[in-house]
Amino acid sequence: MSTVRSEIAAGFDVQKVREDFPVLKQTIHGMPLVYLDSAATAQKPFAVIDAIRKFHEVDCANIHRGVHELSQRSTAAYEETRSKARRFLNARFTNELIFVRGTTEGINLVSSSWGRHNVKTGDEIVISAMEHHSNIVPWQMLCEEQGAKLRVIPMNDRGELILEEYQKLLNPRTRMVAVTHVSNALGTINPVRQIIEMAHQAGALALIDGAQAAPHMKVDVQALDADFYAISGHKVVGPTGIGILYGKTALLNAMPPYQGGGDMIKTVTFEKTTYADLPYKFEAGTPNIAGGIGLGAAFDYLTHLGLDQIAAYEHELLLYGTEALLRIPGLRIIGTAREKAAVLSFVIEGIHPHDIGTVLDRQGIAVRTGHHCAQPVMDWFHVPATTRASLAFYNTTAEIDALTAGLKKVKEIFS
Amino acid sequence: MVDDLYQETILDHTKHPRNCHAMADATRSAEGYNPLCGDKLKLFIKMEGDVVKDASFLGSGCAISTASASLMTESLKGKTRDEALKLLEKFHDLLTTDSPVTKDMGKLVVFCGVRDYPARVKCATLAWHTLKTALNGTPETVTTE
Repeated sequence: MSTVRSEIAAGFDVQKVREDFPVLKQTIHGMPLVYLDSAATAQKPFAVIDAIRKFHEVDCANIHRGVHELSQRSTAAYEETRSKARRFLNARFTNELIFVRGTTEGINLVSSSWGRHNVKTGDEIVISAMEHHSNIVPWQMLCEEQGAKLRVIPMNDRGELILEEYQKLLNPRTRMVAVTHVSNALGTINPVRQIIEMAHQAGALALIDGAQAAPHMKVDVQALDADFYAISGHKVVGPTGIGILYGKTALLNAMPPYQGGGDMIKTVTFEKTTYADLPYKFEAGTPNIAGGIGLGAAFDYLTHLGLDQIAAYEHELLLYGTEALLRIPGLRIIGTAREKAAVLSFVIEGIHPHDIGTVLDRQGIAVRTGHHCAQPVMDWFHVPATTRASLAFYNTTAEIDALTAGLKKVKEIFS
Repeated sequence: MVDDLYQETILDHTKHPRNCHAMADATRSAEGYNPLCGDKLKLFIKMEGDVVKDASFLGSGCAISTASASLMTESLKGKTRDEALKLLEKFHDLLTTDSPVTKDMGKLVVFCGVRDYPARVKCATLAWHTLKTALNGTPETVTTE
């Protein structure tokens, strides 16, 4: 398996890929930009930038309303993204894909619309110890409102969920299991297929936060049997402010609308409104049309590169980066799961991540420092914050070398 | 260069923070928190009449926030409440405006490099925000947000 993976990775022409990303060709503080913050947001290829530009230059109109040419063009382009999202996530039906602002809104849609009508006093929601705040707070709010209980799957020292403990949490009161596919702070790839199956056996539904998984691996919502799966456009080299929520048709049909407004109705009178069918029932108001069209170009771009190729190449980067960082004395990697995406979260003894981030920035290296919107993860590992280098398929081993050289400079200053 | 930020005095106070201990006979204390980087700080002040007799702190933070707390506690001793608050204002100006550096800032001028690093201003001002809370006697945790 790993030989096959490294062979695929060897065939990946990263220099050619980098030509697609204009932002990478710049210097920061006089040094070539080394962008290692793709888990926060991925950079955008020309294909995406051009699609957004073309929409504004040539096709700009509101969607779903006009009979005029531009409106038809923009509607077609926007709706085409829905079909592309269906293929990207391998959903069964196109109307199972709801446009949202991002993963956060996708989760909030489910916790509000599904949650308020299905979670009652004494019910339980299960999340995990490694969730991003966006997959904690909406459920916490729901639990407070409905008098339900939030339960948390613990993890081990590597940052892997303990499935035996998860099994013990499941019971007839469990309504929903909401877990991340890949941890943004640790890089852990969770066995979500198994997690979903266990939830279903207990009679619960499962929502997967796919924000960090979708850019790095092939996602198949049918194979996973996920009830809901949420992703963000900007993590998959698309624009910000657009994302996709996948939900099974039967579940979505049974859910009340999330927001009221135009586009989500069939008929409106002052006495009664009837709602539109899926997916429009959940899409009130004029959406982020340009973002949706850009996202379609992003799906095309990643599909063209090949998610398997991306995953294989990034895995090689992860191995290279892990080895390089571990050679630095006093450095500890936070998150050492056996199944891991290309996220290198670390601490260096005696040096605060914020100082590391500033010194690296002055060498052109962009990393994220802080709690990564996962404060419970930081608490669990007893660190206030970490420095995180998150890699993407446009990164190179030379950039990892720049990072390790940068960290040597950090140590010189603070030793 | 990054050396403008991490001047020698700052590095010295980061590695060997002064007045870094709890104070049993403090007359005022306050806690500060910077949610951006997770820095936490507890400040202790001993007032005699209107004068800061002693000041100390405890906490974990980045180099800038630790050095700032260390140098602040040094510079507070012997100042009246009004003088301390005045110094706070000047320190804030030093970090956030292009105002010329005045001599009466003493060692605190080493923080002038922070103005070129807007993301780090909150690190340098955490101790000072906490001081304001302590001197005004409002008990809750102050944050930089």
